[in-house]
Amino acid sequence: MVNLEYLKMSPIQKVWFRLKSFFKRLPSAFAAFFKSIPKKLYKLWLAFAGIFVNIGKAAKDGDWKTRTSFAVMGFGLIARKQYLRGFLYLFFEALFILYMVFFGWKYLAKMGSLGEVACVEEWDEELGVFAYKFYDNSLLILLYSLLTVFIMAAFVYMWYQNVKGSYLSQQFTEARLNLPTTKDDIRACADKNYHKTLLSIPMLGLVIFTVLPIFFMIFIAFTNYDKAHMPPQELFQWVGADNFSNVLGGGVSANSTQFAFTFAEVLLWTVIWAFFATFTNYIFGMIVAILINKKGVKFKKFWRTVLVMTIAVPQFVSLMFMSQLLADQGLLNNLLMKWGWIHSPIPFLTDGTLAKVMIIVINMWIGIPYTMLICSGILMNIPADLYESARMDGAGPFRAYMKITLPYMLHVTTPYLITQFIGNLNNFNVIFLLTGGEPLSLDLQFAGKTDLLITWLYKLTVNESQYAIASVIGIFTFIVVAVLSLILYNRSKSVKNEEDFM
Amino acid sequence: MGVKKKYRSKKGAERACLALIYIVLGVISLIWLIPFLLLIVQSFRGESSGMSMNYVFPEQWTFDNYIRLFTETKFLRWYGNTLLVSVVVTIIQTVIVLMTSYALSRLRFKLRKPLMNLMLILGMFPGFLSMTAVYFILKEINLTQNLVGLMLVYSASSAMQYYICKGFFDTIPKSLDEAARIDGASRHTVFVKIILPLAKPIIIYTVLSAFIAPWGEYMFSSFIMLGDSDHFTVAVGMKMWLEKESVNEYFTVFCAAAVVVSIPITALFIWLQRYYVEGITGGSVKG
Repeated sequence: MVNLEYLKMSPIQKVWFRLKSFFKRLPSAFAAFFKSIPKKLYKLWLAFAGIFVNIGKAAKDGDWKTRTSFAVMGFGLIARKQYLRGFLYLFFEALFILYMVFFGWKYLAKMGSLGEVACVEEWDEELGVFAYKFYDNSLLILLYSLLTVFIMAAFVYMWYQNVKGSYLSQQFTEARLNLPTTKDDIRACADKNYHKTLLSIPMLGLVIFTVLPIFFMIFIAFTNYDKAHMPPQELFQWVGADNFSNVLGGGVSANSTQFAFTFAEVLLWTVIWAFFATFTNYIFGMIVAILINKKGVKFKKFWRTVLVMTIAVPQFVSLMFMSQLLADQGLLNNLLMKWGWIHSPIPFLTDGTLAKVMIIVINMWIGIPYTMLICSGILMNIPADLYESARMDGAGPFRAYMKITLPYMLHVTTPYLITQFIGNLNNFNVIFLLTGGEPLSLDLQFAGKTDLLITWLYKLTVNESQYAIASVIGIFTFIVVAVLSLILYNRSKSVKNEEDFM
Repeated sequence: MGVKKKYRSKKGAERACLALIYIVLGVISLIWLIPFLLLIVQSFRGESSGMSMNYVFPEQWTFDNYIRLFTETKFLRWYGNTLLVSVVVTIIQTVIVLMTSYALSRLRFKLRKPLMNLMLILGMFPGFLSMTAVYFILKEINLTQNLVGLMLVYSASSAMQYYICKGFFDTIPKSLDEAARIDGASRHTVFVKIILPLAKPIIIYTVLSAFIAPWGEYMFSSFIMLGDSDHFTVAVGMKMWLEKESVNEYFTVFCAAAVVVSIPITALFIWLQRYYVEGITGGSVKG
């Protein structure tokens, strides 16, 4: 992979070459991605076709026991003495029918309109007064119909597994093979099907508390759920892609262009912040680690412990304390004024640009110890003979750093860097606890000059109840993060191919 | 003679270099420690409880702020809340992360890759996006303004934290499992008897990071506990003190609270530092 011409280049040329080749590769990478779509679709189609073939086979060749399990789940298994699995299927079917009849159906039926009547003032016979009576709650209709769709999907899957299982046990019986007994089934849970045992609870939590809510919020982005349409007093309706055009500046609402401007500003700052926050921490953290780990430096443990202590103090404590320390009336400004170094307070956190710089600096103060810890772990792993031979060949410490330490570190820590970068794009605590997104600006819609997408999202939801717009911002944030991390992952793979370190 | 001189000057340069490093390290340590020393000093200040002053050392040293902290405010309650949430979340999260990581690292099944991709994609959604929906789910089961609800939110999605732990499991040689499998051990036995004993650093890492997270988490807990100060966690409660209306009354109390919160966690961290480093370098980074 590495050819001679590449090796002859100077470092700057090398970086330039890599950048160029990366952008050259980008179109073809995208093309490859889109080319692979038909292939993937075909595969998906095959998988689907396989499902229908299996069902068809079971219907055609199945005996009455198998066919009965089309309607009564688990029947074929129970009839062949696989009681545990059979009764589980049956139990699940009963539960599903009860759920649909008494709960799921009435919500699913209203999903199209999201409800007709929210609340009416009615005469209450018992109390003898007029009282509000609540009927349709758009929010709950949407939430429960989504839940119902999820449960229906699970049911279809279970039904298919039941048909397949019944048919399989029929084939087993016909071939005079021993059917797995209940005991075998239980044993398989700790062995052959161990992944199902391990993953069922984690995945259940993930579906209910992450997947379902994310779907819900994506749907909310297509409604007009905001302050004026708050269930249970009011309904909200489907509005199509109105919110998206509002945020992008083409909408009909009065503040649409302002939203677009805010979005662009906040997005720009989010990306700048994530870039600087990640790389300043990384580079300076590594330098500190190298200094501490240098041969001959004493009290290594002491230096490390001093820095580790700052990790251990909860982040929110140090962040909030810093925000007070640097406030206009804070200790630092007061001290500087007393000493006569300045005459009016320096607006550390109240001037847009200065606040942005301060945020990155304070983030270094918070983040460097982490990087230092990780880097010193890896630095110790670099084989010492590499340095030895470099020194024999006459390389100075700087050269050794550029040629050995840095490439090694980059190679090993790329996954960490990428996760850091993505984490910083969505870093809530640093901004919110340090500046709260302030200073405020008249040009920006519900956002301050240091707000990231995530803190803007928080404010739109908590302070302004602009749920629909917030969802749109959330979706855009996802797109930004996804695109950036796709590029980074792509890049890290190419780095790996180019120079497999040792 | 010339050679010797060169040698000596090189040694001198090295010594100068070392001296420089000590100076740099000293300055860095100072920069990192001064804010915390300030914090501690402020917590003993007796003459005013606000934050606007132009001198560092208090005129009156007193324990009043600590006494106020435990008698006048709800801090003890918040502390208890956070501790309870932390402990429960730590247990659930550690178990879930270990199970998920083992399954994704060692077991081969059809949905393995899609599952990992799914979690990668889910991780790219801003966490707060789903909060409104989670809030109403919790409201339906009567768990808002409730610590159990908060525990559920913190631990329900912990499967997504599998990444570092899986990385660590990947580094444990597969031949160990295979040998045990040949001897007739089930996959469950392999997990409990072989992998877990070898995973001590990563278990400690997971426990430590799970335990610390609720102490600093503000976004979710402020939303779920909206306005119910009996169920605040320390982060939410202490942030309330620093609002513009109350900061002049509560700043020194805040400092005292910060010291009280920091001491146990710092101790825990310094005690387990070695495992933390081992865990994160063994898991998060590999070639």
